[in-house]
Amino acid sequence: MSGRPAYTEYHPRWLRRRPSTYWWLERRAYRSFITRELSSVFIAWFVVYLLLFIRAVSHGHAPYLEFVVWSRHPVVMVLNVVTLFFVVYHAVTWFNLAPRALVVHLRGKRLPPSLISASNYGAWVVATAFLLWLVLGG
Amino acid sequence: MARRSLEPVLWLLFSAGGVVSALVLPILVLLLGVAFPLGWLATPGYEHLSAVVRHPITRLALLGICVLSLFHAAHRFRFTLYDGLQIKHLNEMIGLFCYGGAIVLSIWAGVLLWRLP
Repeated sequence: MSGRPAYTEYHPRWLRRRPSTYWWLERRAYRSFITRELSSVFIAWFVVYLLLFIRAVSHGHAPYLEFVVWSRHPVVMVLNVVTLFFVVYHAVTWFNLAPRALVVHLRGKRLPPSLISASNYGAWVVATAFLLWLVLGG
Repeated sequence: MARRSLEPVLWLLFSAGGVVSALVLPILVLLLGVAFPLGWLATPGYEHLSAVVRHPITRLALLGICVLSLFHAAHRFRFTLYDGLQIKHLNEMIGLFCYGGAIVLSIWAGVLLWRLP
């Protein structure tokens, strides 16, 4: 016996054909998968945008107005419209998946998946209404 | 003993950030990124916005939203690079880029919100 067998992370012997780099364009399901995954880039962008907004507000009235002017730049506006699409796509796919990730039992019975996603959408409506009220000034 | 894996923590941050960003980001993007710049709604006055942002509870909430969303995005983007471009061999570099970016931006968010006058 010669020491420990060498373990590798991947099976070394099977023939594995490398899929095309653009495999995610091949089918509708793959495209919706990659759309959902790419939402991460736009979430990161919006956090940066939000931080720039907070920084402008913290610096005073004039920097805030500069931010407002910058936010109307066509490139920024197009980027934010695209961001809106991706963020909503993330929210809808996330809430639709919730019943599969979250299995709740109550008195020995499983709560119906529709109830879980309905409560998620309900929370979305409440959060949205609250933020509308807060930002627009009550 | 093997080093304890960070993966569970990263997945936890991913799902917490997924919930938070799904709940609050759509309306924030719609208002701050689209409706105000396009003029669909009148941009709120500076006094009001600055009062809202300076409130301690808002600051804490904004910090939570930023940090969780950043780690959610970093985790998801890491796997987008793994699967989409099949560059698993660049494991360490991708991790450093994604989580490093999330950490740097989180620190910026913390400093910014802490220092608000």
